[in-house]
Amino acid sequence: VIRAARVARTAAPGTVVTVLSTDPAARHDVPAWARMRGHELVEVADGPDGLVTVVVRILAPA
Amino acid sequence: MLLDGAREAIAGAVGARTDEVDLAPSHTAGLHTAVRTVARGRRRVGRDVVVSAVERSAVLAAAEFAAAQPWSPTPGTRVRVGVDRSGRVDLDAFRSAVATPGVGLAALQHANGEVGTLQPVDEAHEAARRAGVPLLVDAGASLGHAPLPDAWDVLAADPGDWGGPAGVAVLVTRAGVRRAPDGPDDEDRWFPGGVAVPAALSAAVALQHALATRAAADADRRALVDRIRSRVSAEVPDVEVAGDPAHRLPHVVTFSCLYVDGEALVTELDRLGFAVGSGSACTSSSLEPSHVLAAMGVLTHGNVRLALPRDVRADDVESFLDVLPGAVARVRATLGVDGL
Repeated sequence: VIRAARVARTAAPGTVVTVLSTDPAARHDVPAWARMRGHELVEVADGPDGLVTVVVRILAPA
Repeated sequence: MLLDGAREAIAGAVGARTDEVDLAPSHTAGLHTAVRTVARGRRRVGRDVVVSAVERSAVLAAAEFAAAQPWSPTPGTRVRVGVDRSGRVDLDAFRSAVATPGVGLAALQHANGEVGTLQPVDEAHEAARRAGVPLLVDAGASLGHAPLPDAWDVLAADPGDWGGPAGVAVLVTRAGVRRAPDGPDDEDRWFPGGVAVPAALSAAVALQHALATRAAADADRRALVDRIRSRVSAEVPDVEVAGDPAHRLPHVVTFSCLYVDGEALVTELDRLGFAVGSGSACTSSSLEPSHVLAAMGVLTHGNVRLALPRDVRADDVESFLDVLPGAVARVRATLGVDGL
């Protein structure tokens, strides 16, 4: 979440950020962070070996 | 005879008959037995078990076990019904799930012990009753703290939550709910070997005392939780207070801080003299994120849960609230997340 937030701070509105994580909490906490910050959740997907992919579109100016 | 006295006192306290009350060795054992024996008793009527997504882990696990129908060749399904952001079950989805043919048992907690939200048990029970499905109500977090609804067919409660001893718990099954033991025969059909008599007596006495003094304890703690909810929201940046602000247990409050490691915050608050909980109180041995917070869609990291004891002092609550913003800021500073 913190690394996604660092990327989001300098990203232009409309930028799509993909978060890859092996922490099972990421599938809940990255969407919750996006909601609290006004970003748009695009997709949550489970990959092999417990890898979670969360895609967020940066909407609000950082 | 002494055990019967304890059962009679507990029956009176929850609005049941003495012969409907069984004593379990633990709340977990009570929930497991409730789900297993009712699901087995009704296996020819229905094989599926409907639960809310925020039930205690013991209920979720027992529902999965029972829905697999280990006593029959044809498995059923555990149907999990989601909750809204406050943790309240999606009532339309719950009604529709229990009305689907093939349901043996449904379970909905009275209140969520992690975030305090009260569930719409009356409405859920009405839907279950119309479908002919018994409703198990887990009152483990609420009995002794919040008025108990009449709307249940099976009720489980935990003396540990009303000031009673460990080593005993309560399971009440309304006459007419069909259940079948799934273990060896014993004098106590539901909890083989029975429970310790002193624990049962002390649980019954503690329950009577808790209910007699509940109204006053409720008002005091409810006001303090309101105070915590408003000061935390106002004074800690990037925080979400979880759970329903009004329709809730009087004494539980949970909040999540963005960009904070819950364990680091617990350690920092401990250094300042405050013992708080983080993550799930019900699956504390697990490293998985709290299934309750996850189902609600709120942050599972940076979570703090407070349960106010009956003798909590307002001054202590204010002192905690005074140091909390600084504690959160210090944890964030070590992570270098300022300005995110």
